[in-house]
Amino acid sequence: MTTTTAKPSFVYVSYIQTTPEKVWQAFMDTDVMAQYWVGPTSECARVNVSDWMVGSTWEHQRLDAARTVDICGKVVECNPPSRLVYTWARPGDAADASKHSRVEIDIEQRIDGLVRLTVSHVDLERDPKMLEGISGGWPAVLSNLKTLLETGHVLPRAPAA
Amino acid sequence: MHKENGQTLSALCEHMDMTRQAVTQHLQLLEDANLVAVVWQGREKLHYLNPVPLHEIHTRWIAKFEHGRLDALHHLKKTLEGPKDDNDNRKT
Repeated sequence: MTTTTAKPSFVYVSYIQTTPEKVWQAFMDTDVMAQYWVGPTSECARVNVSDWMVGSTWEHQRLDAARTVDICGKVVECNPPSRLVYTWARPGDAADASKHSRVEIDIEQRIDGLVRLTVSHVDLERDPKMLEGISGGWPAVLSNLKTLLETGHVLPRAPAA
Repeated sequence: MHKENGQTLSALCEHMDMTRQAVTQHLQLLEDANLVAVVWQGREKLHYLNPVPLHEIHTRWIAKFEHGRLDALHHLKKTLEGPKDDNDNRKT
């Protein structure tokens, strides 16, 4: 059960047959991210780049030639392998904290051997357009992650509708 | 829930022609199936639609072959049934 102080805009939960350490690694290691971090409408994978020290910046980079940064923010909490919290902003709003939302990732070992992964996105109403994009993106990314950790590979992507 | 994510049981019951107990039972089933995710905020239990398992089903069962045909069928159904059949009215 996840306890949080602010009311999240979205909460996504996935039960994965793996270890908390492997889930944690999937949020740290860009080689792993490159395999599963592909949204339904994006042409290329994305990775999150940071040293993951509290207070450090992080960048959500496209794996294209230019390494375009779509999202950036700061690391708020980093407790391996159970909790990672970072702020989430468009690069243009990086200086304006009133427009930042926050992502909380909780990784919990359950007694039945599964890992409960919870991704909550808080304060998204500060940016309604972002809210739309997020609600399409996270479910795809998290279901890819589950497949990757359980089978060692991701499913082929759907042809464009 | 589709209109406003993260509601309490009381808030959900307001729009429902069902007893509180019945709503609780429905929510418990959805929670057990991981289709509804629950977050505690102080003493309030907030309910969120959790689309992650649905997305897993979608990619495993549908996306590979039938996307185009299903879209066409859905479009046909919507056209034939007319604008009165607004699916949003049925969602909680």
